[in-house]
Amino acid sequence: MEKKEIIKELKQAFPEKIKNVSSELGDDTVIIDKDFLLDLIQFLRKKPHEYTMLLDLTCVDYLGQEPRFEMVYLLLSLAGKHRLKVKISLPEKDPSIQSLASTWKNANWLEREVYDMFGIRFIGHPDLRRLFMYDGFEGHPLRKDYPLRKSQPRIQLKKIK
Amino acid sequence: MKTRLQKEAGKDSLLINMGPSHPAMHGTIRIMLELDGERILNSEVEVGYLHRGFEKTCEHKTYFNLLPYTDRMNYVSPLINNLGYVMTMEKMLGVEVPEKAQYIRVIMSELSRISDHLTCIAAMAMECGAFTVLLYKMKAREFIWDVFEQTTGARMTTSYIRIGGVKSDLQPDYEDVLNKAIVETRKVLKDIHGLLDKNKIFLDRTRDIAVVTPETAINYGWTGPCLRSTGVYYDLRKSFPYLVYNQMDFEVPLGERGDNFDRYMVRMKEMEQSLRIIEQAMKKIPKSATQTMANVMEPAEAIKASREKKVEKRIKLSPNLEGSEQDKYQDIFTKNKKMVVPPKEDTYTSIEGLISHFKFFMHEHGIRPPKGDVYFAVEGGNGELGYYIVSDGKDKPYRLHVRAPCFHVMAALEEMIHGHYIADVIPTFGSVNMIGGEMDR
Repeated sequence: MEKKEIIKELKQAFPEKIKNVSSELGDDTVIIDKDFLLDLIQFLRKKPHEYTMLLDLTCVDYLGQEPRFEMVYLLLSLAGKHRLKVKISLPEKDPSIQSLASTWKNANWLEREVYDMFGIRFIGHPDLRRLFMYDGFEGHPLRKDYPLRKSQPRIQLKKIK
Repeated sequence: MKTRLQKEAGKDSLLINMGPSHPAMHGTIRIMLELDGERILNSEVEVGYLHRGFEKTCEHKTYFNLLPYTDRMNYVSPLINNLGYVMTMEKMLGVEVPEKAQYIRVIMSELSRISDHLTCIAAMAMECGAFTVLLYKMKAREFIWDVFEQTTGARMTTSYIRIGGVKSDLQPDYEDVLNKAIVETRKVLKDIHGLLDKNKIFLDRTRDIAVVTPETAINYGWTGPCLRSTGVYYDLRKSFPYLVYNQMDFEVPLGERGDNFDRYMVRMKEMEQSLRIIEQAMKKIPKSATQTMANVMEPAEAIKASREKKVEKRIKLSPNLEGSEQDKYQDIFTKNKKMVVPPKEDTYTSIEGLISHFKFFMHEHGIRPPKGDVYFAVEGGNGELGYYIVSDGKDKPYRLHVRAPCFHVMAALEEMIHGHYIADVIPTFGSVNMIGGEMDR
């Protein structure tokens, strides 16, 4: 696979679904709608593309803009030695997206982290709980409206009977 | 609130906690186990005990000021963490780094890799009861840290690799210290091979324990030595070459079975390759410009003289700034002056220097990359260490995300220890090299 071709090929294969593409600074990026995520992933995982690895999954909070959240998926093709970034915008009112936990096992923890930090809900996730913060923590710390120095009350120690 | 394991556990099985503070485990992580006798039926891993809000903190620091925070992620190889962040910024800013600085970066990141692997295997072997291995490895690590100390001024939290270059040039006698570290590390590696490779106790606890197939490893997003131990060839230094790695001759060791022993062996062999890279880099590194030591002025004297006319003489700097004198800048820093701290000689004695110094550090000035987002990764001690930075054109990152390699490896721990004995958790956990600071951020 030549490096720039994947973007062209995707545009040809799904002219209506791909909203935008760019390769700024050499990072090939595809912007899609959230309904198309699972289909695109299935397409990319197959030969000849073989984007078999989910390198990273994260979110960016653009507070004050609509849509507010942007999910960023980073895929790697070991055979083609190529990374592909997939971006999906999510509205503030309903920040939810299909879970990839059944496709990639590391998506389980990555999605839990994003749920913990941003409050994005992943539909179909087997065990959507906080990952880094504790149960009873209020709010989502990496959202831009969460203050840097906000403190929360300590959790009570359990009494042993 | 009940944990998942408590809800799912069978009536007759025993539930125990390993961690977050356990004498046989390094790093704060809680592993909850459901046991039938000593066999693990099910487990749940809980992380986040070392979460310090690294990403949130970085959003409130300038691009220059957040560099020391990157040291504190993987504290046994801080230089690679610096390198990952700095190279991401350089990709965003389009900065070219002089050749000498690139060689210094290669030497430093390979030394960090060795120090990382040494620490991993030392801890793993010690937890299996081989205390001698730990002591030998710590000895080798001391010699490597002597090189760090001499070059960067610090042993652990170095903040040495800066945007646009490196903080200071190598010392004139660095070759002696570095050669000594290479010789001592080789000796120790030979000793460790002798102590562990055919050791019945070590083999019993590592061979065919926690076997991971290549498919599983890829599905979990494994990278680095853990992925290579399963036989998958993926090394960023070869697949996406950065710095001067494409001019270096080295091999990428692979494992066959993907068990604990292979992860140990791959790390051991990688250290030998890293030593080879360092030796080649030492030969190829360009020599520094010769400096004139005559006519050295004290700073106070120079400041006084500068009020009347421009100071032409060399100014004596504080020992902390050794190696970052003005005439070294061409070797170690990019030509783009806006990206680097102006030389102290200029700051002390000229108004332009003083202004550019203030402009560099002042709020809403300094390094301001264009709008956009960028991902860049380097081969860290544990695998692909990637930084994803979103810039909104201001002097602070809008969002900074770190792809921590051991996060993905730890996500697989539950599956790895499934069906094994409690005692197998210890070498398995040791062999994957979990670094709390990097994983929990």
